[in-house]
Amino acid sequence: MSATLTLLHDGRTDEITVADPARPTIPADALEATLGWELQPEGLCQGAMCVPVDQDALVGDGGLDLGVFADALQRPLVTDEKHVVAALGASHHDRGEALASLQAPDFTLPDLDGNPHSLSDQRGKKVLLVAYASW
Amino acid sequence: MINVPTILWFDEEGRIARPNDVAFGSNDFKEMTGIDSELHLERLRAWVRGEGPAMTPEEARAAQTLPTAAEQEARAEFTLAWWLSQRGHAEDAEPHYVRAGELAPHDFTIRRGTMLIRGLDPMGEDFMKIVNEWTEAGNAFYRPIEPVSAS
Repeated sequence: MSATLTLLHDGRTDEITVADPARPTIPADALEATLGWELQPEGLCQGAMCVPVDQDALVGDGGLDLGVFADALQRPLVTDEKHVVAALGASHHDRGEALASLQAPDFTLPDLDGNPHSLSDQRGKKVLLVAYASW
Repeated sequence: MINVPTILWFDEEGRIARPNDVAFGSNDFKEMTGIDSELHLERLRAWVRGEGPAMTPEEARAAQTLPTAAEQEARAEFTLAWWLSQRGHAEDAEPHYVRAGELAPHDFTIRRGTMLIRGLDPMGEDFMKIVNEWTEAGNAFYRPIEPVSAS
């Protein structure tokens, strides 16, 4: 029985038709537009970079197995079968590499009046970022 | 980021000059936290005025705590739980919040930060229970880059 899977990933929400909600898949032709990867003979590829993958395990009747995709890229995949929703997280390897580069990722947050401010707006100045909470 | 307060310094080019650290803006909570705010404030003033260094890239990397696979899975569980909570599925979200806390018990941005939406008290007994469990097991609630003790 097919269902619509809500996939939360990379700050996005995509809806994908899946054959089996218990084993989330993604149509092969939607892989690049949805997750930014292509399946090539070398494996999963993004630009010049390819990651080897067991293609027999990855490709099935219902499309590409998201669990195998996540494992190949060392990304956590957690699911809620009842609501047919899955969250595909970032790999610790990629996050670690990005942090170790010491280049701060840009982000934008609103101030109390709703005006957006980006870290990149502050280039040329030293910046102290304080994260606090009133709970 | 695993707790608050967390501070970071960025230089003029947007590079991390001092990675995630614990620092307070005043000594209002010094008795409770054991952290004296003055050391960070002195360093910060000196760095801003050009009178003192931040960290070298090597020092900054050495002071970073890079994410583990379990922490990233905890964040994915949190993402899923938050999505369910926002749609009124609190009961179904709960096991994902619990799992996130099990995967990253030191991540109080998840464990404390989700308490209000889970019907728990982030300032009262519910919070003190998890803090006491954590500290009685020999773990520090605040983990500054360098030990900063209140005198």
